[in-house]
Order: sequence, then C-alpha cells, then structure tokens
Amino acid sequence: METSFALIGKGYVIVAADTTAARSIVKMKIDEDKIKELSSHLLMAYSGEPGDTVQFAEYVERNIRLYQIRNLYPLRPSAAASWIRRSLAESLRSRKPYSVNLLLGGYDLATHTPNLYWIDYLGTLVEVPFAAHGYGSYFALSLLDRYHDPEASVEEGLATLKRCIDEVSKRLVVSPGKYKVKIVDKDGVRELEI
Amino acid sequence: MNTFVQRFAESSATKQILAGNASVVEDDDFSDAAWGSEAGFGSLAKGVPSFMIPSVPDPASFLRLHTDDHADPSCRIKIQHGTTTLAFRFQGGVIVAVDSRATAGSYVASGTVKKVIEINPYLLGTMAGGAADCQYWETYLGMHCRLHELRNRERISVSAASKYLSNLVYSYKGMGLSMGTMICGWDKTGPAVFYVDSDGTRLKGDLFSVGSGSTFAYGVLDQGYRWDLTDAEAQELGRRSIYAAGHRDAFSGNTCNLYHVKENGWEFIGNYDITSLHYDGPGNVAGSPGHGYGYELRVEGHSASNPPPEVAQAITAEA
Repeated sequence: METSFALIGKGYVIVAADTTAARSIVKMKIDEDKIKELSSHLLMAYSGEPGDTVQFAEYVERNIRLYQIRNLYPLRPSAAASWIRRSLAESLRSRKPYSVNLLLGGYDLATHTPNLYWIDYLGTLVEVPFAAHGYGSYFALSLLDRYHDPEASVEEGLATLKRCIDEVSKRLVVSPGKYKVKIVDKDGVRELEI
Repeated sequence: MNTFVQRFAESSATKQILAGNASVVEDDDFSDAAWGSEAGFGSLAKGVPSFMIPSVPDPASFLRLHTDDHADPSCRIKIQHGTTTLAFRFQGGVIVAVDSRATAGSYVASGTVKKVIEINPYLLGTMAGGAADCQYWETYLGMHCRLHELRNRERISVSAASKYLSNLVYSYKGMGLSMGTMICGWDKTGPAVFYVDSDGTRLKGDLFSVGSGSTFAYGVLDQGYRWDLTDAEAQELGRRSIYAAGHRDAFSGNTCNLYHVKENGWEFIGNYDITSLHYDGPGNVAGSPGHGYGYELRVEGHSASNPPPEVAQAITAEA
C-alpha cells in the first residue's frame, strides 16, 4: 500500500514516496510522482484517497505560487505548513473533506534550517525530525528511533532511508516496488537516485 | 433418512457437543460411590475424559459473541491481545524477549505478566493472543514432553514438541482458541525456533516476532540481526527491539523479560523496565550501550541547521 518517508539531516530534508498508483487490487501505474515541488525550497509528499490527493496538492501548489507572485517572496516552510494545515482543517468540516496525508519538507533560508512537518487528513500538524505515512510507518518509525541522526550527511541520510525501504520490502505483504526520492537543501530541490 | 442427513450435515463442533452431552448423561448412571474408586480420579472405563463444552448449538459462535470486542466493544469477556514477543536463533543459541503488558480493550490490566512460559529446562514458549489459552496449552505441552522423556529415554526435540502443540490446536480449529506462540529450545540439532499459532500454522525459522508490537520490533530486529552476533550483542538486540515496540505500540510495554537458551538449557537474563530503558538504558549488563535508548537522549545537542561559517560565527558570538 501507499508509503512515504521523510527525514532531516545536516542542512537538508529527504522526502521519499512510493510510485505506485493502485485502484482496488490493480496497480494502474508504477512510476507516478507523488512528491510536489511547491516552491524553490519546499517539497510535499501526498498520499490518501485517490482523486483527492492530486486535487488538493495542485490547490496547495497554486496558492503557494499565488502568494509568491503577490508578495514577491515565498512563504517560509513553517508558514506554508500552517496554511496547509488550516486548509485541511477547514475541509474536514465541509460536506466533502479531502482525505489526504502529507509530509512537508522545506529548507528555511532565513534560519538555514531544514524543517519537516507531518500532516494528516484530520489537520494534525507536527514538526518532526523524521516521519512516515502508510503501512510503512509501522516498520520504519522504530527503525528511525534507532538509526536517525539530524547531523547525518546526505550519504548517511540516504543509507538510513534505504534501511526503511529495505525493511518495508522485506516485511510488508503488499510492499511498493519503487520509490521517488527528492531532497531539499540550501541550493533548492532536486531528485536523487537510490 | 432425516437422521442420516443430520448426522452428515453437522459441523464438527456440534458433533462434539452431542458427544459431550452424551457422556454427561452416562455419568449419571454411576452412583456417587463409583467416583470414589480409582483413587478419586473418576472412572476411566469409558476412555479418556474429554473437555466440557458449553451446551449451545455452536460453541464457537457463542464464544465469539462474548469475546469479540471489535464487533461489540461492550462484550463481557475481553481476551488479551496486545503484546510484543520475539525470538531469534543465532550462533550462541536462542534469544527470547517479551514485554509484560496485559490490556483489556484500552485498559492496562497488568504490567507484570510472565509471557515466557518455562515448559521445561530446555524449552520455552512465548505468549501472545489469549493468555489463558497459551498458559494452559503450553503447560499441557510440558506434561507431554515429560511423558515423551519417560517413554523414550531421551528429550523431545523442539520440532516434535512444536508439532505436538500445532496438531493439538489444529484439532480445536474454529472453536475460538487464540494463540500465537514461539516454541524455542536446544536439542540434538542445536538451537531451534518454531512459530505455532491457533490457525494451525507451524513454521521453522531463525527470527520471529508476534503481537501488535511485532512490526516495531521487526524494524529494529531485522536491521541489527546477524547469525554471528555475540551473546552480549544478541541479548542487547532482543532488549532493544522489545523497547522499540514498548515505546511505539500502545498495547505493549511496562517491562521486558529476556531469556537466553544455550546448550545446557535456558537462562533467565533479566527483567528491564521499559521507561528505565528509555532514560537510563539497561544498566550494567552485557551488551549495554551505557546510556538510555530514547531518541531524544541519543540526539541531544545535535542540530540539523547548517548556517554558512560567517553566520555561525555571529550566532556563537551572540551567545
């Protein structure tokens, strides 16, 4: 099933999400990118109800862009997280709420600090050093408690991410095949190969 | 004809009730005096006595009606479900580690449960699922392992013992038994671990974890496991994995009980408070890291900030 991970390291956030789009018991697509680049220094991995996910992600993407056009500077990660949380919280009490879970990773240029936010469809927002959504979280969180280091280099961070992916592949019955991995640091966002 | 159809249309469960009821009726034929014969153990004239079964059409659904708290959270009997247990085989024997929490729904009923059942000096069983089912049937298994010793003048193999249990629970399949257990020991073939559950599954393997916290235990266990672990490293891995589950799973926790099975039988290594493991670590024991297992402790003072040198200097000057 859908799984996403994210973790911070020394001056960066790595965000990873599986690339399968499934409907019922069928894999409809195996190379779907479920991590949006919201701005030059902001990444968002989304998962949840099919349909809602992309709709909500694009809604967020356009509003973040609108803010940047109006004000000539982008939202900082913490502000973007607050805005997204509020959008979900308002949606939750509407007639048809978005069922979307998010991992928001950003690099705050003002404080030179990477930030990671775990957000769920109920509008829970929490800043964390590492995070996971989906069934993978049951295997990865205890592993990250043991191995995660906020001062890890990119290579070490990727090695820890690899541990999570390997563990989920090893133990989860319906484990996803491939993952897309993106990183955000002071130089912006880019994709990584694992 | 009707009785003919009925005989073959019955579920195995209803057949057993009818059989059970029949023997109860027959017992009434004996006067009270007859119970005093054979040293007060009752008459075995009708063969080996069997279990009493509730006098309802389908005992399995009767049990489910009163124990299934998914369907009915206000059901009268709550069976202990939340648990973390693990066992793994390595170069130095078998490590068995379990938590000690018993929950009934969202209530922590006990924090001092012994989830390792000492079947005999060479065999250990773990307890997940129904506490009574595991306790009773594993003790019963111990009795039959002793009979095997007396009859065959040698200890029962772990394989045979686990198969005895799996055949036994399989004969009760569909009647509401709930157990997920690891039978661990050392026999002629060396260290051995078997997973046996109440579905009738029996698996031989190197590494198992059972219970609601098993995924969290696996996360740490799989990543740290090697065949050539030293005794100290293996004990530490067992402890650390149960801690991980106790920390992340609401239905596991309180304390960790650790056992090590070696060639000359099992040895109890210790009981560790999971909160103490979080803040202070296991204390002065083999394999101890010398500090608490908690994430916050481990990364204290670490920062992911990465300011350029001139900014970093300004920050330190300010402080």
